[in-house]
Amino acid sequence: MAKVFIYPATSLILSDLVARFGHKPLGAALGIRERIQTAGVDSPPLQITPEDPKRGLKYAAVEVPSGVRGRMAIYGPLIEEADAAIIVTEADLAFGCMGCARTDELILFSLRQSGIPILELEYPRDEEEGIRFVAAVKKFLDGLPKEESNKEGEA
Amino acid sequence: MSDRKVRIAQLSCGAEYSGVQKEIYEAAESVGAEVFFPDIALADVERAVKKFGLDVKSADLKLMIARALALVEGKVEADGVFIGTCFRCAEAAIVRNELRRYIPEHSKLSVVSYSFTERTTAGTLLTRMEALTTIARRRALLAREEQTGITMGIDSGSSTTKAVVMKDNVIVGTGWHPTTEVIKSAESAVADALAMAGLAREDIQAIGTTGYGRFLIGKHFGAQLIQEELTVNSKGAVYLAGHQRGSATVIDIGGMDNKAISVIDGIPGTFTMGGICAGASGRFLEMTAKRLGVDITELGPLAMKGIGKNVPMNSYCIVFGTQSLVNALAAGSSPEDVAAAACHSVAEQVFEQQLQEVDIKEPVIMVGGTSLIEGLVYAMGQLLQTEIVVPHHSQYIGAVGSALLASGFIKGE
Repeated sequence: MAKVFIYPATSLILSDLVARFGHKPLGAALGIRERIQTAGVDSPPLQITPEDPKRGLKYAAVEVPSGVRGRMAIYGPLIEEADAAIIVTEADLAFGCMGCARTDELILFSLRQSGIPILELEYPRDEEEGIRFVAAVKKFLDGLPKEESNKEGEA
Repeated sequence: MSDRKVRIAQLSCGAEYSGVQKEIYEAAESVGAEVFFPDIALADVERAVKKFGLDVKSADLKLMIARALALVEGKVEADGVFIGTCFRCAEAAIVRNELRRYIPEHSKLSVVSYSFTERTTAGTLLTRMEALTTIARRRALLAREEQTGITMGIDSGSSTTKAVVMKDNVIVGTGWHPTTEVIKSAESAVADALAMAGLAREDIQAIGTTGYGRFLIGKHFGAQLIQEELTVNSKGAVYLAGHQRGSATVIDIGGMDNKAISVIDGIPGTFTMGGICAGASGRFLEMTAKRLGVDITELGPLAMKGIGKNVPMNSYCIVFGTQSLVNALAAGSSPEDVAAAACHSVAEQVFEQQLQEVDIKEPVIMVGGTSLIEGLVYAMGQLLQTEIVVPHHSQYIGAVGSALLASGFIKGE
């Protein structure tokens, strides 16, 4: 079972597809869940504290806006942990979105630099494209190792 | 006054990811307001962005635009609007500026905007949130155009503490002291104002306080009105300038921060507060006067005799500004030219950093202690290409505004 980073990281459909085909999706739900479940933190709504943008300095310099660094504190460790990634570009907002175009650019760049296998797809606009989309995802995921991944991210 | 919480709509990008959302909630909570995110349907987002015409890439900025349009179109009700985006994000800065302009132009909502970092605290946001709350809650009080009875206003500022006694719409006593120990400085200013008025503390029917120390001195003197300086100074400025109706712009270059307020009928529409560095505040002029060996009151007339262009000076940062000052004097520049350059530099910082964020509408009224530095007023007039109005008692603006508004609390009023 490979760890697959999904982009947009908030896409439930993509997360479900990865899980259905036998792999572990790495997305927003995982990063946020970890924070929500951390006892003793009181920083609604996402339990992100001012410490997170500071942790994000590992992925983006201090002159990068705090919102980008805060997002990178969530997604950066997941990218490090990933064995593969599926990137869906030009996605409809309802499919999933991460709010900040600058973070999007940095995440996509980080994924492409990481050297892991990446499937890049355009968001399907009709049923026919949708079928081809799912088939491509399945084919990509089938090609990934089935055994448990040992790769760990640095939080 | 209603006990209903003032509802402030938040339009933001990055606040929760910067870890400052809690600070925004806390700042609102501490002034009896609640922050909420206007609900809109997903389908409205693209429609709103298209209608607004600003084709941004970030989805959270699109959401900000859609929420702003929902407020303007009356689909969502609010008492005020807080716009916040990440500091140093160019795309967000464009959206923030355009919405700050668009909302007051198309609705009666007051707007405050802020660019935050992860270091932004509730304390930083407090005065801005309080101003939004005051405008929503005390609109009737802010409409007051005449002072009645005997009232006192105290302005506990970062550099100086001012007190004013007013009787039947006339200033009858003033007091001014440097702020050292907050309560002691206020006591001294009050004693001077009362002595000048020939009145005793018991004669005062109502007291209003404003400025950084407003809560402390408000409690100490048992004030009926404790109110932030944005609304108080706006009111005081248009009152003293005799321009209570219509549009005006109020500029207050303070000892620690600056306020630029676009006023309509005496009530702030849009406003900015702050400044990047003390290099853009009265503090830099105080340092200049000290370095030139003159009293701060002499700096203005000295500047009027000089030519600022002769001295390169940029007080974007007070340390670099001071370096320029020292270098210029060492290179043989005249004190007059250096004084003029310092005034021009402070005016330029305020012009570049703050006046771009409010719509400048005439008359432009300068208030606060720095408005007495004529070189600074002249420099600002040159930059804005307009004649600046400096009303009488402009250095007492917060105290006058407080005394005026406090008369609304006299029994029977």
